[in-house]
Parts: sequence; structure tokens; C-alpha cells
Amino acid sequence: MAEPMLSVKGLEAWYGESHVLHGVDIHINQGEVITLLGRNGAGKTSTLRAIMGLTGRRSGSIKFNGTELVAARSDIIARAGIAYCPEERGIFASLDVTENLMLPPQIAPGGMSVEEIYTLFPNLKERARSQGTKLSGGEQQMLAIGRILRTGAKLLLLDEPSEGLAPVIVQQIGVTIRELKKRGFTVLLVEQNFRFAQTVADRHYVMDHGVVVDHVANHELAASMERLHKYLGV
Amino acid sequence: MDFFGIPAPLLFGQLLLGLINGAFYALLSLGLAVIFGMLNVINFTHGAQFMMGAFAAWMLLNFFGIGYWGALLLAPIIVGITGIILERLMIAKLYKLDHLYGLLLTFGIGLIIEGLFRNEFGSSGMPYRIPAELQGAWDLGFMFMPVYRGWVVVVAFFACLATWLVIEKTKIGSYLRAATENPALVQAFGINVPRMMTLTYGAGVALAAFAGVLAAPIYSVNPQMGSNLIIIVFAVVVIGGMGSILGSVLTGFGLGVIEGLTKVFYPEASSTVIFVVMAIVLLARPAGLFGRA
Repeated sequence: MAEPMLSVKGLEAWYGESHVLHGVDIHINQGEVITLLGRNGAGKTSTLRAIMGLTGRRSGSIKFNGTELVAARSDIIARAGIAYCPEERGIFASLDVTENLMLPPQIAPGGMSVEEIYTLFPNLKERARSQGTKLSGGEQQMLAIGRILRTGAKLLLLDEPSEGLAPVIVQQIGVTIRELKKRGFTVLLVEQNFRFAQTVADRHYVMDHGVVVDHVANHELAASMERLHKYLGV
Repeated sequence: MDFFGIPAPLLFGQLLLGLINGAFYALLSLGLAVIFGMLNVINFTHGAQFMMGAFAAWMLLNFFGIGYWGALLLAPIIVGITGIILERLMIAKLYKLDHLYGLLLTFGIGLIIEGLFRNEFGSSGMPYRIPAELQGAWDLGFMFMPVYRGWVVVVAFFACLATWLVIEKTKIGSYLRAATENPALVQAFGINVPRMMTLTYGAGVALAAFAGVLAAPIYSVNPQMGSNLIIIVFAVVVIGGMGSILGSVLTGFGLGVIEGLTKVFYPEASSTVIFVVMAIVLLARPAGLFGRA
């Protein structure tokens, strides 16, 4: 098998004095959709932020397409081809919808055109001149995902895109993620919503206390339920 | 022709003087607002950098024979570059600390720069001639308007307008606004935010130096010219709202006019009126007239 697109080994990370990741190992192959499952505080968001260079000190290894990024600054990591959609969505209040959409610079050829993004999220086109934070929660989530599709980044880190959204919107996000997979994007997804994760992902990593504690292929998920409930504490 | 018993030439003369002072308040508070928005540093070196702009114009003329028009372009670039060096070598080291440290550092550097200039040039001030093209006065019927003063008001207005357009209507401006809200995320989109902060500081300083060149023919070029002005400018910034671009421009011009009118109607209060307004605004709207709470 070819080298994985992203290979994280023994990743540790700190916020100031607080040690949040204790040696995370994950790998993602080109074109896969992978979820990180786990309880609140298990280290899922910290893993995404550490990959993106947004935590404090990091050690271990983050290899992306063969390049070591564990010591790189976040703008260098972005330019290597990784794009990040934060949990709080990070829509800018002082920018309108179009400006928010156009904000991330193009880092490689082959990103989606604005027209394609509007086809994927028709609501955004209607609200093009609105202030970014005046959108509904679902629209803000679409904007947060939409703006990183333009840039040519091939690996998308999505932090809980389904959080706090109405079921019909969650469905739409699910359709979007499957569409992105079809278009060749690779996705690393943080999720609390088990059922949602099941409808989009190829494999799942389960995290607890800042390490990966289990790894399940999507087709084994049903059979592994009992074991997973222990970690997820539901 | 009288207004409320005040002769028109006196009234309009003071109004014009107010507008000119307002133009400097606006240019300086605009630079402070841009710097504060991006760097979260209250740049207390701003007054010294304004003064450096005037001195740069004077030196360009007396050492290199470069006149007013060349200085208007070169002095902001030269002083802006000193700002960039200052940001890289010192201010950038303080971003992770409390804002107070940036304030203390820039305050100290301002004092040092002023002291150096006073040692070298004394404090009496040196004249700088109005360029030939802008000498003389227009007869407006009710008063004489010195051409240079009209020029300053118009140029300052367009410089403010241009800055506002760059920030509100361009791609670079959208990076700037976004980075003001959430610099970490903007950097995670692949934008070199530290370099942007350096250039923003340089641009804010260049704006102060530009104001300094404009001021050189009006006030004499002396080492204290910045510190006299900057205290009022900080009051303007507080009234307009920290970091608000439009707020600093409107408040700058507006307060200059209020100050001018006070000189006409109640001269005793003219040096304090801005601080009275500041106290009232702080009580009623602590975030300033245009600030986001």
C-alpha cells in the first residue's frame, strides 16, 4: 500500500502548562473520510488543532505527503494543503458572506469554483451581501465549510460540523461530506454524533484522555457497539 | 456680518483652525486605530513618529535639497521603515504578554526618541517654508483663507478616505479586518499574520509621519511637537472608540471643530473641552462613540 496522505505518530501537545495530547497515532489515506470519536475533553479538537499548528508546544511527528510539519507554523501547514474548519465556525463579523468565502487564499490549483460552492450551498448565494454572523447556524456552518473548498487544499479538518444543527441541516451536511469524498477530498472529522459519523465515514478512531484507544472500520461499527459504548460513555 | 455677536472672520477663522487641528487629530488617531486593531498595542511612540516625519522633511530639505513634495512621499517611507525595524526587534516580542507591556515599551521609546532629537536640535524649533505652489491666501469674501491650510484639510481628508477604502473595500483590508477578530484562524488559512502585523505597524507609523510633513510648515519643526498633540489624540481615540477606523476620522475632525468653536464662544475652556467631552462619553458609552462594546 502507498504511503498514507497524513501520518501522525506519537503526537503530544500542550496548551501552556497543560498537557492535552499524550501520543496520538492516526493515519489517513488519500480519499478517505475518517472520524475521531470520543467524549468531551478526550482530545479530538486538540488533535485537529495540533495538526493545524494551533496548540502550544507539540512533539512527535505529523507527516503530510511526506513533509514533516510538527514544528511548522500554521500558515506553512495551510500552504502545504491542509484546511481547517473550527468547531466555533470562525465566521468573521466584520466581513460579509462573500468576503468570508473569499478570505482563505488559494494555496494550490484544483480548488472548487465559487459557482460550484454556491451550487452545493444555494443559501449562501442568496445571502452574499449579508454580514457573516447574521446567518443562521446552519448557513454559517456551510459558509465555514464552503470557504475552505476554494483553496485547493486536499485534506479537510472538520470539527463537529453537525453540532447544534437541526436534523434536516445535519442531513444536508452529510450529503455534502459524501459529495466532497466523491470529488476526491480527504476528510478528518471530529464527531460526537455517532449516527451521523456512521453515514459518512470509512473508518473511526476512538479517543480518550489524549490518546487513541480504539480503531474501527465503518462496516464493523455495528458489531463493535458494546465495546465503543464503554469509551463514549453513552 | 455677525453670528451671535461674533464677527464672521473670527468665527470662520477659528472654524478653519479647528478643521486643521481636526485633520491632524484624524490622521494620527486613524494610525493609532489601525495599529491597535491589528496589534492590540496602544502605540505611545506615535507622537514621536509624527515629529520624526516633520524632522525627516526638514533634513531632506537641508541635507539633501529635497523639497516639500519629495518629502511628502519619502518621509513617510523612511519613518515607516524605522517603525518596521522597531516592531521586528522589540514590539513583536511582547504580543504574548499583557497589553500593558507594549504600552510601556512604546511610551519609553517615544521618550527616548524625543530626548535624542532635543539633544541634537535643541527645543526652540526650526522653520520649514510653505512650498511656493501653496503660498498666499484666497479671499473668500468673509475671510482670507491661507492656501496651505486649505490644502492640509483636503489632503488629510483624502488620506483618511483612502485608508478607509483600503481597509473596508479591498482584499488586503478583509485580511486585516479578519485578523483583527481572530488572528490565529486567519493564519491557519495560510496568511503570514506576523508579517501582516509588521507591515500594519509600518503603515500606521508612515501615516503619522505623513501628518508630520503636513504639519512642518504650520507648526515649527521641534522635538516636542508630537507630545503636545498626542495627548489630545489619545482623548480623540477614547471618544471615537478604540480601534474604530471611521470613528477616529469623524471624531478627529469633529473635535477639532468643537475646540475651534470653544475658542470663539468661551476661550477659557478651549484647552479642556476635549477632555470634558471625553469624560462625558466615557460615562455614557465606555466603548466610545463608534466602538463595539
